[in-house]
Amino acid sequence: MIAHAIFFYIFSFIAVISALMVTVSKNTVHSVFFLILDFISISCLFIMIGAEFLGMIMVIVYVGAVAVLFLFVVMMLNVAKQKNTWFSTSAVSSHIPIGLLISLVIFFEIIIVIGGWKYKPNILNSISLNTSSEITNTHSLGYVLYTDYIHLFQLSGMILLVAMIGAIVLTFRQRSGLRRQSYFKQISREKNEGVELVEAENKKGVKIDV
Amino acid sequence: MFDVELGHYLTLGAIIFTIGVVGVFLNRKNIIVILMSIELILLAVNINLVSFSIYTENLIGQIFTMFILTVAAAEAAIGLAIIVVYYRNSGTIRVEEIDKLKG
Repeated sequence: MIAHAIFFYIFSFIAVISALMVTVSKNTVHSVFFLILDFISISCLFIMIGAEFLGMIMVIVYVGAVAVLFLFVVMMLNVAKQKNTWFSTSAVSSHIPIGLLISLVIFFEIIIVIGGWKYKPNILNSISLNTSSEITNTHSLGYVLYTDYIHLFQLSGMILLVAMIGAIVLTFRQRSGLRRQSYFKQISREKNEGVELVEAENKKGVKIDV
Repeated sequence: MFDVELGHYLTLGAIIFTIGVVGVFLNRKNIIVILMSIELILLAVNINLVSFSIYTENLIGQIFTMFILTVAAAEAAIGLAIIVVYYRNSGTIRVEEIDKLKG
């Protein structure tokens, strides 16, 4: 129990500090690095409390895909060196105090809700999807995900497909001045327009006009 | 103190959520950091769902977390594509210079 508490405090401390650094760091690349650290420590927390599959998926999806996507975009747009002007320029940032105030109010509201919240006394009886200790977390997720939630699962696949097509359509651009291979023109070429038989006269040769 | 309950995880989720909201509100840098703050907010929601799912021994929370993960990945891809297109058109993604809708 002590070890659980110690690891919880270590991981959550790292997570909170790196989340702060994501928002305040001057360099965008550093923000992405701290985002990766945040995701990894949160996935360690998930693995620690028994949601191993989600912890691993978190590492794969966020660190492996999303953070690398962010890094690529930061690298391509060349905005890494833009100076952060947190709290320094008072002329343009008159909304900082009200933003901080509203964030604090949100935080205390959430804390009040957590503090005053009680379990419904019979909540454990009304649950149908029990987590059993005999099969692993991944097995039990698979049993539920591919049976009861198969339509939602397929729908999330459709969301990913739409996102992929949308991203491609958004960033696609037709460049002018490039000479591309035209497969259709090549394949639909006929013999009579490609080859021509010419009578070559003596000492005159054949004039080829392209 | 040394007995980690559900409230500890919910407090961690609340702290990270608030940091994400602060990042969205007070950002003066570029839009990419705002997208990262939105990822932080979704991460806080995931913490809440997973900790509820573990402590009430109910598996639905983890399934919803998977769907939130899917939506977060799709949102990041679309958002970054929009940012790339905007940068290509206007040459900047600084927050205070994006005022084309002002008219």
